[in-house]
Amino acid sequence: MGHLENINFFKAAKGFKSWLITVDHKRIGIMYLLFIVAAFTLGGLAAGIMRIELLSPDKVLLTAKQYNQFFTLHGAIMVFLFIIPSIPAALGNFFLPLQIGAKDVAFPKLNLASLYIYVFGALFCVYSMWHGAVDTGWTFYTPYSTTTDTSVISMTLGAFILGFSSILTGMNFIVTVHKMRAPGMTWFRMPLFVWSLYATSILQVLATPVLAITLLLLIVEKTMGIGIFDPAIGGDPVLFQHFFWFYSHPAVYIMILPAMGIMSELFTTFTKKNIFGYKAIAYSSIAIALVSFLVWGHHMFLSGQSDLASTIFSALTFIVAIPSAIKVFNWISTMYKGSIDLKTPFLYGLSFLFLFSVGGFTGIVLGTLSLDVHMHDTYYVVAHFHYVMMGGTVMGFLGGLHYWWPKMFGKMYNEFWAKIACALIFVGFNMVFFTQFILGSKGMPRRYYSYLDQFQPLHQFSTSGTWVMGLGFIIVFIYLINSLFRKEEVSNSPWGGITLEWQTTSPPPVYNFIETPIVDNDPYDFEKVKI
Amino acid sequence: MSTKNNSLVSSGDIWFPEPLSTLAKDIDYLYYVTMWGSVIIFLGMFLISIYFLLKYRRTKSNLVAQKQVIENHKLEIAWTVIPLILVMILFVWGFKDYLRLRIPPEDTLKINVTGAKWFWSFEYPKNNIKTLNQVYVPVNQSIEFKMISKDVLHNLFIPNLRIKRDVIPNSYSGLWFKAEKVGRYQIFCTEYCGDKHSEMLADLIVLSEEDYEEWLNSANESEDIPLEDLGKKLYTAKACNGCHSLDGSNMVGPTWKGLFGKIRNFTDGTSVKSDENYIRESIVYPQKKLVKGYQNVMPSYAGLLSDREIDGIIEYIKTLK
Repeated sequence: MGHLENINFFKAAKGFKSWLITVDHKRIGIMYLLFIVAAFTLGGLAAGIMRIELLSPDKVLLTAKQYNQFFTLHGAIMVFLFIIPSIPAALGNFFLPLQIGAKDVAFPKLNLASLYIYVFGALFCVYSMWHGAVDTGWTFYTPYSTTTDTSVISMTLGAFILGFSSILTGMNFIVTVHKMRAPGMTWFRMPLFVWSLYATSILQVLATPVLAITLLLLIVEKTMGIGIFDPAIGGDPVLFQHFFWFYSHPAVYIMILPAMGIMSELFTTFTKKNIFGYKAIAYSSIAIALVSFLVWGHHMFLSGQSDLASTIFSALTFIVAIPSAIKVFNWISTMYKGSIDLKTPFLYGLSFLFLFSVGGFTGIVLGTLSLDVHMHDTYYVVAHFHYVMMGGTVMGFLGGLHYWWPKMFGKMYNEFWAKIACALIFVGFNMVFFTQFILGSKGMPRRYYSYLDQFQPLHQFSTSGTWVMGLGFIIVFIYLINSLFRKEEVSNSPWGGITLEWQTTSPPPVYNFIETPIVDNDPYDFEKVKI
Repeated sequence: MSTKNNSLVSSGDIWFPEPLSTLAKDIDYLYYVTMWGSVIIFLGMFLISIYFLLKYRRTKSNLVAQKQVIENHKLEIAWTVIPLILVMILFVWGFKDYLRLRIPPEDTLKINVTGAKWFWSFEYPKNNIKTLNQVYVPVNQSIEFKMISKDVLHNLFIPNLRIKRDVIPNSYSGLWFKAEKVGRYQIFCTEYCGDKHSEMLADLIVLSEEDYEEWLNSANESEDIPLEDLGKKLYTAKACNGCHSLDGSNMVGPTWKGLFGKIRNFTDGTSVKSDENYIRESIVYPQKKLVKGYQNVMPSYAGLLSDREIDGIIEYIKTLK
């Protein structure tokens, strides 16, 4: 294979088939990226249509049933098809082996299998959109989900299959981190993105099976009429919520941890500074992974679970907030005495910093028992988790995408338009979602097709923000595609990053490095490593 | 009682609708402590970041970092321990108010609440009164709801009182409050329950002591009015209008116009001519015969309507030609 050494992975093999049967983690990562962008576009369009419907309490485009199907579609696509696989499966697949100086992941064929399972599961979800789209909300709460006549079974089966993709990717990453690190790369010499993917993988492997079992029980109840969750046949609807959130709360951290990893990369490279508090950040990822298993009950303060349970879950919820706060403080401190370059990826990093903090502070409100009673199931909750998921994970994803784009494709995008788009997305996002904090605390319940007339001005302002944000995303799409047709090639490290992926060519060769790298420094030691 | 509800948006302050109880005011106070604390910390982080961004911006004279500061144990301990103490204060505070929300006092007026797709019914067990989508309570009296659902999960939310609780099939849940101001206030369903979730609304009507007594006395007067008029009244009072039209248009359920004497075709292939017995059965056991093209969503009104009231509805439907 000596002749492949210097050829970049795009050119190493040609044709459609070479992509379908590839085991190269970089190609698999790029294919994931395509599917994930498609899922984000679809989920985003669904959200845009919902917001247009909410311009008026009366019918604008959709009937009540269609509206319910749209918010289910939006939630299910964004959670299962976009945000969970987004950073780990696309950017993680591409950069985890590169960052630890490996040729590939531990099980390359399993990696390809994960992709196929993902596509297969996604097809199930798409089928259930066509064929009597689900109207249960992405949470599938019983007994509504066991009594509705929409195709709950194919949707949950889709989520069930997607879960396996997630589990296999997680397992693959855990083994890769344990066994494939380059000589000299000890655990504490790993880049923090790798630490965050490791913590994420633990969650994926341990939590996802519970979702799989839950969804399977739901299918069993619906098809065979065995009473598990539906009280009409002797089941317990609150049991479903326990099972569901036992997965779906850790899943929230599956969504945010990888974005936190990207933050650490951005805050070192664009300040030319070693990370402040490496161990604090690394350990806090693991702490989040562990404690996040013990807080699911904070989704259920009003569900009829015992008040003692609610009290304990409230206390644990406050504790899980601390490691996230530690990370934020360490990122800010990393800027101290640095050389700060305000390039687009770092602007997304700063956006994450502020938006995620707002999400965190409002999470404190929701974790407080007496305050949650009023805010629960209102737009306040909707705003809170969008600040975390979109203000956090999507900003992190966009930051990572812009940061690593030149490494993946060997081309640089237009910096001017990238900054304009970033500003539009940031402003539009706050227009949409900050308004919803006020709507929520004023009493506007979520998942409402119609609403009291008095809420209309706030709803209309929120909707207008989606157009600003949408314009931003369209610009991103155009300049990224445009960059692929540019002539100029980029250097190995256009931003001055020093982790291992920046020490190979852009795009990297098939086996990532011409010679196996030998590591004898901390990942962000800018004094020792000069590029 | 045709006055409109007090506005949620224009009453109260920028964040909350007008608080209706002392407890609601205390909860708002805790919210503002949390919010202003968060704003101060957020501004601190923001200003420090802006200062760093300006001071250490990459320029020709600042191409590399001035100094590689990588750790400070005292700082790490400080920003772990101080936030932990702050959130624990909030935890205890929130827990104490939560206990006040959850534990009703001894001398409450008890009202049974049933949630069903898509209406609320309220029963005053001591007075033998049932109301739909409207609950009348005296001011400054502790009220206790015992709630249950007939079908899927619902949730009863009264924003002005800062209270809400899931309403679950096959299991009772409780909610209590003491409204301290007379007026008409909004009740929402806040657990997603299907097509008309956003129309599952009700009114909390807080009356003065005297007005409440008067209402109790007048509430049972429906005995006297003619059956047709009673049926017409019940059409809106019992929320039939949520699903059945009078003008021939199809909503969630079939229209009432021309219903009496019409041939009904059912999903199981059978058919029947609509008469008194069919209509009565459809009210008490709506799931028994499903008209083609409609879903099995109507809850049973068994126990919610008296015999005279059912007769009233039948007579009223007869008039809708």
